[in-house]
Amino acid sequence: MFRILAKEKLTPFITMLKIQAPAIARKAQPGQFVVARVDEVGERFPISLANWDNEEGSITIVVMEVGTSTRKLACLNADDHILNLAGPLGLPAHIDNFGKVVCAGGCYGIGAILPIARALKESGNEIISIIEARSKNLLYWQEPLRQVSDELIMTTGDGSYGYKGWTYDPLKEMLEKGEKVDRVFAHGCNFMMMLCSEITKPFGVKTMVSLNPIMVDGTGMCGVCRVSVGGVTKFACVDGPEFDGHEVDWELLASRRQSYIQEEIRSLEWWECQQWCLTTAKSKEA
Amino acid sequence: MEEKPKPKLDLNRVPMPRQDPKARAKNYNEVALGYTEEMALQEANRCIQCPKRPCIDGCPVNVDIPDFIKAIRDNDMAEAVRILKSKNSLPGVCGRVCPQETQCEALCSLGKKGAPIAIGRLERYVADWEQSHGSNPRPSPELPPPTDKKVAVIGSGPAGLTCAADLAKLGHEVTIFEALHVAGGVLMYGIPEFRLPKSIVQAEVDFVKSLGVDIRLDSVMGKLATVDELLEGDYDAIFLGTGAGLPMFMDIPGENLNGIYSANEFLTRVNLMKAYLFPEYDTPIKVGRRVAVIGGGNVAMDSARCALRLGANEVYIVYRRSRAEMPARLEEAENAEEEGIIFKILTNPKQFIGDNQGWVTAMECYEMELGEPDASGRRRPIVKEGSEFIIDVDVVVVALGTTPNPLIPSTTKGLETTKRGTVVADEETGKTVKDKVWAGGDVVTGAATVISAMGAGKRAAASIDAYLKR
Ligand SMILES: Cc1cc2nc3c(=O)[nH]c(=O)nc-3n(C[C@H](O)[C@H](O)[C@H](O)COP(=O)(O)OP(=O)(O)OC[C@H]3O[C@@H](n4cnc5c(N)ncnc54)[C@H](O)[C@@H]3O)c2cc1C
Repeated sequence: MFRILAKEKLTPFITMLKIQAPAIARKAQPGQFVVARVDEVGERFPISLANWDNEEGSITIVVMEVGTSTRKLACLNADDHILNLAGPLGLPAHIDNFGKVVCAGGCYGIGAILPIARALKESGNEIISIIEARSKNLLYWQEPLRQVSDELIMTTGDGSYGYKGWTYDPLKEMLEKGEKVDRVFAHGCNFMMMLCSEITKPFGVKTMVSLNPIMVDGTGMCGVCRVSVGGVTKFACVDGPEFDGHEVDWELLASRRQSYIQEEIRSLEWWECQQWCLTTAKSKEA
Repeated sequence: MEEKPKPKLDLNRVPMPRQDPKARAKNYNEVALGYTEEMALQEANRCIQCPKRPCIDGCPVNVDIPDFIKAIRDNDMAEAVRILKSKNSLPGVCGRVCPQETQCEALCSLGKKGAPIAIGRLERYVADWEQSHGSNPRPSPELPPPTDKKVAVIGSGPAGLTCAADLAKLGHEVTIFEALHVAGGVLMYGIPEFRLPKSIVQAEVDFVKSLGVDIRLDSVMGKLATVDELLEGDYDAIFLGTGAGLPMFMDIPGENLNGIYSANEFLTRVNLMKAYLFPEYDTPIKVGRRVAVIGGGNVAMDSARCALRLGANEVYIVYRRSRAEMPARLEEAENAEEEGIIFKILTNPKQFIGDNQGWVTAMECYEMELGEPDASGRRRPIVKEGSEFIIDVDVVVVALGTTPNPLIPSTTKGLETTKRGTVVADEETGKTVKDKVWAGGDVVTGAATVISAMGAGKRAAASIDAYLKR
């Protein structure tokens, strides 16, 4: 059982949880993830590490609600418990002194890119962080990111704040203007990571992406997280999750992520009905 | 059966009562129901107590088989339990899943004239008798005074559980680190409920805990801590019982289409995550109408029978050799066939074909024929040129074997591994080339059997104990 130390709702659908997990915090490295199971009937699913504090013995995750499991997580409060948490899993991000690095984050990836940007900064890189959201109120963690970046660019799809567009738009502008970028790290939804990779490819700028296929055990045992990179099948949980975005078969990844879409909807419906029944039963009792 | 005066040699074994095939194909209850007292007595009475006792040599842990059978005969069940458990700490498991027909029963003297003694069924009878007659929970044996030595056991499959139990009984302080959220290894996530009820495995795990063993779940070693870090910490010795959990694929076109599972994934979803209770349990699974399981071992049979129970209309076993070469336990292949699994032997997939949504829809296969025996002694399957044909499928389960997970070897200095990824260890003691580190079970042998993993755990425990007391 893993106790929740603090919770903060960052946007209507994105929640930060700080969890007591000293053993994981001791070994965590940028780019790694944990596998969680919220309750006895829960599934196992991966979540990126967004922060950790070895002294406090805590890890921090940023959860975007997309299905039953992430909804369950987001419903938990401080002093509640997560039943199972295994990690830190996956290979750490490859950190080095590259020169000038762009760190792009979207959705939950704004949280996940932070420790990578921090480690890159500590290794002496110049960091340009670019984050995206549909609208101003859906952006978060600007301050911690600003602290580890030489420049922070914020983009919104509707133009309500900062640059109108998405992470890859300012990235493209930079490259087209001939600005030297030595490496790009992208964390976020598939589509965003794919477009970042497509944009940097003609410029030959190596772009590392953090793939997010379906996982079950997260230790290499089941192979559901098969991705194709450079024409070779890899298990994202143990060979990744970080891969060279120019080599990834994005279509396959998108298709495999959709495998259980109907079941995911059904599961969420079922769970929501359960919650509703519980609430009405309680109010009747009262 | 007609009552006869006791014959000299009864050449037919007492059949195992089983759930009706039609009924059981729709439920997860145990298929084999176990002998009654009369049946057990009758079967035990067939044993001729031959002086050569060849069956013992067939048992990887040398259970004194004729003696426990004699105890059943004498109606001294407590003694039967004692004899059995002095060598085999998991009789309830082994009685159900050991491939007896190639081990103890293969050497039975009666086998020359008729059916060998049903040793496995009697073993199960004794274990089940203990479950229902012994006190619950089982009393733990009296433990010797603590030795103040600490051992870390990595992995909680049969190898790890056995090693941990034996070391704890010798007074050592044992911690098991298990990557998953339940202990038991393949016994929990792989072998289905209808063949090995989880309550039996859980009882064994609880017994190990009652010996004072600390089981830490959710602990992926190599990540959470390395073997070297454990040794730098306060552990005096380490046993690796991490199994062979990495699934192999065929590397043929279309293998990453949706609907193609490794057997590990398929069985984990069903057994560990209870996908058959979706949406009450959150983990989903797909079966569709037609399921093809590729492979001919126990894992393939288990996957096929799970698919049937999940509601598939047609389930095929696709195997490249002939029925005679199938590595699955005979009893399980028969059970599968009885339940309606269709065997497509001498068939091997060439490629998978998908629709424009990325889902598998068919499998192109070759017909195979058998050539000269290969290194394994089995006749080598050869492709019949031009024999390609199509099987329509909705789901495919690839059950072609597993290799050890490299997580530990790749993070441990000075551990020797083979080309197949197995850890090199002494056969008698389980000692690896690395100081203070032992290994046993599937991680050393590659995918093998419960009993051999258990035996390896036992031998390693003895060797570790000798080392700690040196
Ligand atoms: C579906 C199926 C059916 C089978 N049927 C039979 C049968 O009928 N009869 C028979 O005799 N055998 C059968 N087997 C084989 C048998 O189950 C295995 O040989 C046996 O379980 C091996 O035991 P083990 O202890 O070596 O490893 P396992 O049972 O594999 O246990 C290893 C454990 O180590 C854990 N682990 C791995 N890496 C780490 C790590 N880095 N940190 C922490 N923990 C880790 C794993 O999670 C697992 O729990 C079957 C196997 C399968 C998959």
